[in-house]
Amino acid sequence: MKKVGIVTGGITKFTKTDISIESLLVSAIKQIFDNSSNLSQKDVDVVLTSTNANNKYLANISSELSGMAPKIAHSVESLCNSGTNCIVSAYAYISSGLADVALVAGAEKTDSPGLVLDWDKSRGQYKHPIYWSSMFTSAHKRKFGTTLEDLAYVGANNHRNALDTPYAYFEKPFSVEEIMESKPLTENLRLLDCSMPCNGSAAILLASENVIKNFCEQPIWMTGIGQKAISASFTKNDDLTSMKSTILSASDAYKMSKKAAEDIDAAELHDAFSICEIIELEDLGLVPKGEGGSYVRRLYDTKDRKINPRGGLIGTGHPLGATGIAQTIEICQQLQGKAGKRQIDGAKTGLIHNMSAAATSSTVLILES
Amino acid sequence: MNKFEQELRNGNFVCGECSKCNKLVWPPSDLCNNCFNNVKWRPISKIAKLVEFSSKNDEYFCIAEFENQIRVMGKVENILNLHVGQTLTLVKCGFDGKEIFVFELAD
Repeated sequence: MKKVGIVTGGITKFTKTDISIESLLVSAIKQIFDNSSNLSQKDVDVVLTSTNANNKYLANISSELSGMAPKIAHSVESLCNSGTNCIVSAYAYISSGLADVALVAGAEKTDSPGLVLDWDKSRGQYKHPIYWSSMFTSAHKRKFGTTLEDLAYVGANNHRNALDTPYAYFEKPFSVEEIMESKPLTENLRLLDCSMPCNGSAAILLASENVIKNFCEQPIWMTGIGQKAISASFTKNDDLTSMKSTILSASDAYKMSKKAAEDIDAAELHDAFSICEIIELEDLGLVPKGEGGSYVRRLYDTKDRKINPRGGLIGTGHPLGATGIAQTIEICQQLQGKAGKRQIDGAKTGLIHNMSAAATSSTVLILES
Repeated sequence: MNKFEQELRNGNFVCGECSKCNKLVWPPSDLCNNCFNNVKWRPISKIAKLVEFSSKNDEYFCIAEFENQIRVMGKVENILNLHVGQTLTLVKCGFDGKEIFVFELAD
């Protein structure tokens, strides 16, 4: 298998401004070419688009609108982890030798049909994600004594981190108290515990070890990949204090990269809701089980940016098909030392966690400089 | 519309059981997800175990488990103190574009 690296990325501002999904994709793709002076459209062998939008043939449309005529072009849809699934598909094309250069672009709009999985009959009348996140919260509260104030620290930390992320949807901080007092949606969930659906796009360029030095001097290598699909229906998740797909995909990613949780310098976690970050910290092995709540308080008190340095989904917004790509770009920038005010000193190894539909599936990527 | 949805509209909660390997197939499907044989539709017990719950305003919603394997989310009525592991009775089910399951505490 060929070694696969990441060259650069591009991200549009996450907003509620109505822009066509095609325009969003091309705006992010433009940044790839702006950031890679030696890259021309004819170099790109593969164009993959990541979205839950109902628009058809988007990989071909965005290729044509960007002047590319790739060998391979198609879309990838997998709800909230479409972005990292798309990156893994690009990795597979390159590592297998079918391609040398792959461009992955993801985009979503506020009214995405991917926000609610209507198919899931097991959710009954409670199809909206606020209900499954409330169930995870109930279970974690009971077993580990996690509090709603612990959850508020997740939001406060991620909103503060997002202030240094130029494309973030939110441009103001929220205190623990403001989050606690925000509109209650359920017993366990307030409005500011939730990520915000928005319009946005992100694109990333991958290349084989054979050609990557033509396009950048500081490639970031994809060394670990883990993916697991437990089910599609929420109620197959046996233990509601854990995300089984996350545990299994993390195990595979650590094994492939020969790394362990202790080696991770920077991590992007899928905080669709604040409880998710707490459970994921534990299931990725970054903290012992049951200590996610106390850990997020320490992150906030010490202004430690190790977790969700760009502000996560809660701080930056959640344009589904773009999210996993934006997470991956953040870890790349951290490992390249190009994260500006968000920079984690000396970061060498990073992790991306992206999941879908109550963690019925998860993707974990490990990157190294 | 499949048999599951037809029956649910009539207030009956049914599930497919494989005609060959006898597996209960959930979520509902015409084919067994173990051996791909056809399923026979049969009523599900009205007794369930409370797996987890939360509330919105004054309304409780829960995950309930039937026959030690089939889990659904539904509404819980007429209960003041809920505890995980309690036995529930399915008192109403239906379909209005979404599947509706309503539970009460079993006697």
